[in-house]
Amino acid sequence: MLSVQQVSGGYSGEAILKDISFQVEQGELFGVLGPNGSGKTTLLKMISGILPFQQGEILIRGKRLQEYGIKQLAQMVAVHSQHSSQSFSYTVKETVSLGRYAHQKGWFQTWSKEDEDIVQRVMDQTGISSFQNKNIQELSGGEKQRVFLAQALAQKPEILLLDEPTNHLDLSYQKELLDLLKLWTTENGLTVISIFHDLNLAGLYCDRLLLLEKGTININHIPNEVLREDRIRDVYHTKIQKHPHPKVAAPQMVLLPEVNRGTKVIEINETMLHVSNEFIDLRSPSPLRTMSSGVVGSGTGWHQSFVNRHVSKDYNCDDHRVEMASFLKSKGFEPSETVGMMTAVWLEDVAYQLLEQNNFSIFVVVTAGVGNAVDASKSEQHSLQLTPGTINTWIFVNGELTEEAFIQSIMTATEAKVKAMHDLMVLDEVTGTIATGTSTDSILIAASQTGKLLDFAGTITPLGKLISKAVYQCTTKAIQKSQQRKKT
Amino acid sequence: MQRLSILKFLNNKYVAYGLAGIFLFISILLGISIGSVPVPMLTIIQIISAKLFGGISLGSIDPMYSSIVLNIRLPRVILAGLVGAALAIAGAAFQGLLRNPLADPYTLGVSSGASVGAVLTLFFHLSIPFIGSFTLPLLSILFSFLTIFLVLAFARKIERSMRVETIILTGIIFSSFLGALISLMIALTGDELRQIIGWLLGSVSMRGWEYIKIILPFFIIGSAILIFNAKELNAMSFGEERAQHLGVNVQKRKLVILTAGSILTGAAVAVSGTIGFVGLVIPHLSRIIWGPDHRHLLPLSILTGSGFLILADLLSRTIISPTELPIGVITALIGAPVFALILLQRKRMERSG
Repeated sequence: MLSVQQVSGGYSGEAILKDISFQVEQGELFGVLGPNGSGKTTLLKMISGILPFQQGEILIRGKRLQEYGIKQLAQMVAVHSQHSSQSFSYTVKETVSLGRYAHQKGWFQTWSKEDEDIVQRVMDQTGISSFQNKNIQELSGGEKQRVFLAQALAQKPEILLLDEPTNHLDLSYQKELLDLLKLWTTENGLTVISIFHDLNLAGLYCDRLLLLEKGTININHIPNEVLREDRIRDVYHTKIQKHPHPKVAAPQMVLLPEVNRGTKVIEINETMLHVSNEFIDLRSPSPLRTMSSGVVGSGTGWHQSFVNRHVSKDYNCDDHRVEMASFLKSKGFEPSETVGMMTAVWLEDVAYQLLEQNNFSIFVVVTAGVGNAVDASKSEQHSLQLTPGTINTWIFVNGELTEEAFIQSIMTATEAKVKAMHDLMVLDEVTGTIATGTSTDSILIAASQTGKLLDFAGTITPLGKLISKAVYQCTTKAIQKSQQRKKT
Repeated sequence: MQRLSILKFLNNKYVAYGLAGIFLFISILLGISIGSVPVPMLTIIQIISAKLFGGISLGSIDPMYSSIVLNIRLPRVILAGLVGAALAIAGAAFQGLLRNPLADPYTLGVSSGASVGAVLTLFFHLSIPFIGSFTLPLLSILFSFLTIFLVLAFARKIERSMRVETIILTGIIFSSFLGALISLMIALTGDELRQIIGWLLGSVSMRGWEYIKIILPFFIIGSAILIFNAKELNAMSFGEERAQHLGVNVQKRKLVILTAGSILTGAAVAVSGTIGFVGLVIPHLSRIIWGPDHRHLLPLSILTGSGFLILADLLSRTIISPTELPIGVITALIGAPVFALILLQRKRMERSG
């Protein structure tokens, strides 16, 4: 569709773009990225025929750009640029209708039914028909943006060039606009080449990305390859981190602010732990990075308070998440900042331990009841029945964990728990074999993310060793306490 | 709601042309009727239709009336109408092209340029062989053309984006300079000063049918070119880059439109001197009432512009009768405050949005 071959050029002799070559196929949504002054807009101006280039060729459908007449080019390529000055108060419809200019023929350029239909359709698609008789000067920035997009679409182009189309648009319209563009590329075969400032939007919607750096191509590839942490950091000279989109297979970048809220090193220890009959809670002075399977605050996140709540053995509720959240609220915890768990065991039987190593420490809290202990290898013999029970393990790490260390911590803690069950000979009542845990065990790993960086948490790493030891000892102690209570 | 229905009524294109046509018709009748010797409206219609269609006997009409109407007032009114129309449509085109509601032949300095051409012809009695009486308009047109290009080139040199204020300032600089040039020429020729100043301030009096013949062909050519470029003007009022994206050959069309504007201004100045602000006030008012679409704005500006200048001329010769004011005084008295108002409005808009 579009082929740019070794193009160089810029304003008044000074080459802004140097030796640019790339191809765009029909129906692609092609994103152009780059820091300010990298030549994005210059490139777009060259493709649109506004700015002549000094070297190279631009081919549209195999034909040289210079061989197109201005009207011919306008039927092929439409442009939606960020800046638009309008001194006179044309109505929205008049503005959009100008998009049909290149298609009108003859001396009198009569307005045909086809023209009217197309104008009405693009106004519907961009959601501006409802104010088509309003003056454009009265519109908000986002509305104007959509009017000029409709104007470009009224040209019925095969290639649409956009310069930061989401500028001035609020969140819902950004999404709507890009969804619309995506739809046109897949359904109507429209080719879209767009400049993006927002790397995340580009990563979400584009088929391919072109990253410009100081007038040359850094890379032209699929989003996942272009949006690499090290690459973006180098080109944009800023701290960012990449993480996956929760629902879509698309890379996302987040900025890392220089002002770090948690610069003071904190240590989570028993002084922050409060135990009552109703719940055990721990409030951290600053939010901790967590990975957990709690009733509230599960998954990964940042949480500041941690609650292990006692419920009766026959606790049964339709929606235990909602009930738990309202319980937390009534006790003065903000549910969005809290990881909450439930247990039927007596909370006085809690076991906790602080273990220190050079430069980092961990604090482990375990409540355990083994009434419904299960041997994981034979669990198919059990019927599914969620009873609050159970071994709840909290591991607080005063140090900085990597993502893999979080997951390894969970593995290590589980292995230590299984070993404790084994050594105490806790039996699965259904199968008569040694149990590996209970059916509703819950775990929390919470790290302060300050202080020493801990890359790994396998069983023989420094962190793994502490976790194994603390979890094994606390689990053993907690099970013993609860077994003793049962006997008496 | 009532306001809305009034707006809708005004927006209907037939109504728009109807109203503008009636305005022009009434202006013409008033312009012919009122004067030191009042002529009844009915008599005017009779005289003119007799002249146009023949056949009708003028026996019952005083020959003095028919002489006043046909030899004095009618040519004066037609000339005023043509000059007003030419300046108004040229102003509308300049404004659309430059995206600048303050542009008009006078503020851009084009009128002054044309005056230099006219003064050169008049006071040095220049006459180009074969074209005779058309020397005057042709030189005026040539000079207005040169002026507009110098003004725009200079404004671009100052600031690439050519802001509204920059263009106007440049126009004022050129106006002052060219005005001084004219004064210098006049002083050197040592002619009768009062008559010259009267001419400079603009007048359509005592010109006769001769001058109508001079302006008419240029008026028709210039207006036709502009009306054929109305769509391009619409596109260009969104910026030259966007116009090119829409498919307009901006370089070519710009040249064509500037040429047509210069033809109209040059011809108008050649027959009537520099009459300011018509090209500013008329397109501005027309745009407020009927919208900025040049396909209608240009023809409507012709109708209202001619009616406006006929009324201004009427005022200039009756207000302190028997002495005649230069017509430029009247248009400036109305135009300058409107200029100030537009400027205020723009500034307020920039601040609010």
